Amino acid sequence: MRALVIDDSRTMRHIVADILEELGFSTTQAGNGREALDLLEAGETYDLACIDWNMPVMDGFEFVAAVHARPEWRDLTLIMVTTEGELGQIVRALTAGAHEYVIKPFTSDAIASKLQLLGLLPAGEPI
Amino acid sequence: MTVSADTFTYVADLVRRRSAIQLGAGKEYLVESRLLPLVRQAGLAGVDEYVKSLRNVPHSADHDRVVDALTTNETSWFRDVAPFQALTGHVLPALIQNSPGLTSLRVWSAACSTGQEPYSIAMALLAAAPDLCVKITATDISQKVLARGRAGRYSQLEINRGLPAQTFVRHFTRAGTEWELSDQVRSMVTFSQHNLLHTPPAGGPFDIIFLRNVLIYFDIQTRGEVLRSVRRALLPSGFLLLGAVEATFGIDDSWETVSVGRGSVYTPTKSGKTQGEP
Repeated sequence: MRALVIDDSRTMRHIVADILEELGFSTTQAGNGREALDLLEAGETYDLACIDWNMPVMDGFEFVAAVHARPEWRDLTLIMVTTEGELGQIVRALTAGAHEYVIKPFTSDAIASKLQLLGLLPAGEPI
Repeated sequence: MTVSADTFTYVADLVRRRSAIQLGAGKEYLVESRLLPLVRQAGLAGVDEYVKSLRNVPHSADHDRVVDALTTNETSWFRDVAPFQALTGHVLPALIQNSPGLTSLRVWSAACSTGQEPYSIAMALLAAAPDLCVKITATDISQKVLARGRAGRYSQLEINRGLPAQTFVRHFTRAGTEWELSDQVRSMVTFSQHNLLHTPPAGGPFDIIFLRNVLIYFDIQTRGEVLRSVRRALLPSGFLLLGAVEATFGIDDSWETVSVGRGSVYTPTKSGKTQGEP
């Protein structure tokens, strides 16, 4: 399984990528939504994208909306991983097409449990 | 924000000496996120400052708290997912089929810890059968965790663990730095103290019993006693849900496995007799 980690903080990208790699994903990193969109437009395919909200050039919300608008990318599972913790923001992201939402700070089992919910990790197994 | 290399080395050494759990490179985020609640409690600015205060004394209750925070596998919402899929996808339809016109359901969540399991059951049943009157009895031996369950308030870290975002926005509101569960969901759950080796709690007989990740902590004989006690609290047409790595086989043969994918679901055998009973 392939995952795209999108965050303008290199430390945060490494944290998320390490968690996903421990869970069996291969990861690619992008520093903002535009870079991530360029990878998709170049034909790269991923099963999962973990997306920060506030980033320069193109933020996570715009990225989610852009992916949602393209039917050929509908199999890409989108998880927002962000400090934006207001209910209104969460509803906005879900409405735009995000499948799940994790608020920073988080622990590795938060990511794993969301992947179970989304069917990207087997259900029924302790994490 | 992350922790310094010195802090990480100190905490990793402490945890390894006390628990044999290795915190390898790359686990700085885990140290930070698990220790932040302790840092806030102590009124300090950051994890580095907190750990520095520990280094000045050879041993303190704070050392124990640090080890606990990093080694306790905390409970999560909809834990393992499969049991909740089994609940709404198989158990509920089977109960409705057995009792057409079913209007109420009694559920026991045993060893419920801080409430995530009974509240997950409540939210799942509310979504699947909103008209059903569901009463959930949630028990644990610890008054401390029961008080937390009753309060229905959870930290951001706890909310992140397994709670689907759609369910979260439907049932929670912000309460300061925490999140509070709706009255509707809280009113479905009654918390009470209970020892699994004693007579089953009030609120039964039950249609469904969740007894997950509990039997593994008991020896074989005690597992048998607990299963027989649970059997008496369950209706003959009811269902028992165990943890992913638990089974009744070889412990108490008065149960039949129910085939529901990856869930560990059991129902009493039709003879209704418990092994060892006359």
